[in-house]
Amino acid sequence: MNFESLTIFDLHRLFKEKKASPVEVANYFLSRIAKKDKKIKAFLSVNRKKVIAQAKKAEENFTKQDKANILTGVPAAIKDNILIKNDITTAGSKILANYRASYDATVIKKLKEKGPVVIMGKTNLDEFAMGSSTEHSAFYPTKNPHDLKRVPGGSSGGSAAAVAAGECLFSLGSETNGSVRLPAAFCGVVGLKPTYRSVSRSGLIAMASSLDVIGPMAKTVKETALVFDAISGRDDLDSTSFEDYDVLSHEQLFGRDPKKLKIGIPKEYFPKEVDPGIRQRIEKIINKLVNRGFNVQTVSLPLTEYALAAYYIIMPAEVSANLARYDGMRYGLSVRAKKETNILNTYLNSRKDGFGPEVKRRIMLGTYVLSSGYYDAYYTKAQEIRELIKKEFEEVFKQVDVLLAPVAPSLPFKFGEKTNPVDMYLTDIFTSPSSLAGLPAISLPSGKINGLPTAIQIIGKLFREEDIFILAHYIEKTLKD
Amino acid sequence: MAISKEEVKHIAHLARLSINDKEINSFQEDLGEILNYVDRLKTVKTKEKENVAAKKIFNIFRKDKFSAGKPNHKKKNFLREAPDRKDNFFKVPPVFK
Repeated sequence: MNFESLTIFDLHRLFKEKKASPVEVANYFLSRIAKKDKKIKAFLSVNRKKVIAQAKKAEENFTKQDKANILTGVPAAIKDNILIKNDITTAGSKILANYRASYDATVIKKLKEKGPVVIMGKTNLDEFAMGSSTEHSAFYPTKNPHDLKRVPGGSSGGSAAAVAAGECLFSLGSETNGSVRLPAAFCGVVGLKPTYRSVSRSGLIAMASSLDVIGPMAKTVKETALVFDAISGRDDLDSTSFEDYDVLSHEQLFGRDPKKLKIGIPKEYFPKEVDPGIRQRIEKIINKLVNRGFNVQTVSLPLTEYALAAYYIIMPAEVSANLARYDGMRYGLSVRAKKETNILNTYLNSRKDGFGPEVKRRIMLGTYVLSSGYYDAYYTKAQEIRELIKKEFEEVFKQVDVLLAPVAPSLPFKFGEKTNPVDMYLTDIFTSPSSLAGLPAISLPSGKINGLPTAIQIIGKLFREEDIFILAHYIEKTLKD
Repeated sequence: MAISKEEVKHIAHLARLSINDKEINSFQEDLGEILNYVDRLKTVKTKEKENVAAKKIFNIFRKDKFSAGKPNHKKKNFLREAPDRKDNFFKVPPVFK
């Protein structure tokens, strides 16, 4: 049986009917990874022993009455900036190449308790999640399963490629700006960037804390919603995490009438730089929705073009503070002479050898915009614009419930194609505004152009993931018609 | 906006990054280009100190109660990652001469 083509729901049925067992499925995916990942390189590490141990535990839960649930025994992959106790967690950086996590991230604790799911391994990423292609990983780039000459997107490129290559049924990525949505789009899988504060970040290696959020990826909308439900909610270990909000059950969620949702098309998301193929595909979907009686209207978000610039001040500022912790004192790489007489040398040399060029660039930029004399001109100004962007969304969301837009202006690009930092940053132009505003958004596959995946983005109101799921699920179904 | 080599060196020192001459040149170029890109923000009118997000976001604290001994957060799990240690302490090079 080709387990990789099944959904989580299909697999659960097989487990319940005893037509397959978690250990059998775990072994199947282990050998699939061994075979496929030589080329794709989605994983940074796979711990066979742990995989089998988890699968055995899942199997026991199926034999005991009522212990198993929908996620029991489901093979998953985790981005390597999320801590799993006692496993090496590198964040794609040399500075953490030998770091063994001291504790489980809250999302991992939840997946171990619910299920348990079977974690196949840790997936590749741009160093400290800084990048749009996985080319900034300190170890190796991940290849796009649809075309090995092209990037999988980033920074959660390994997590997206692992789902697309059938090396697991779902994965977790993280997003600061586009890092779930872009790789999901480039690899042709579903990826959710949840509302900021809806998923605990305890155990997520911090990049920019006013933006970071963990998000799920899977083949279908329903599976993505299922995993989101499993990982979200209030956590005492993350003081920014929000009180539980009502997540509707699957039956409730997908029984609702999608036509009650008013759809907005933000005109600023369709500049001439957008690939004509991507634009055509979205227009086709919009026409279909109109023909089927949906309320679709054009809306305007004039500050869209400034969001990326504001992001490239706020994010590096937070990066420069968050990454100050890598000082070679408590964990990670420490470069120190045998009889070192000055602590400053250890700081300087550990950081010099441990960080890659993109990470250094962002630390430098962040230090600059926060430095005396520039703080107000850059950081304060960017925060003010961030507020205006939030207000702009609030106004538009008085007229409509969701927004439909492209995820990225281009199809997956080739390795080495974007050598200039600003060119690379521009890939995230359509994810920046919603990231700055903390809004939930999904990347949904919308077919292929010349063999390469393309996607649409649905952006929702704060804490209204359900609106996104309902419309995304409807579009997913109608695309097949 | 252009940025001088001296500024690049100064920032690198503030950020505790040791960089060589080649990096000074490339950072000068890259940072200049990025700052040039973000300069567009100056054309957006904002009310002075209209910000900021931080005012609206609040922490939700857990109850202040004894929680040591939770299996997830054992001291030895943290200390084992230390590059150097003495007993239950991190050992670091001298800070003062």
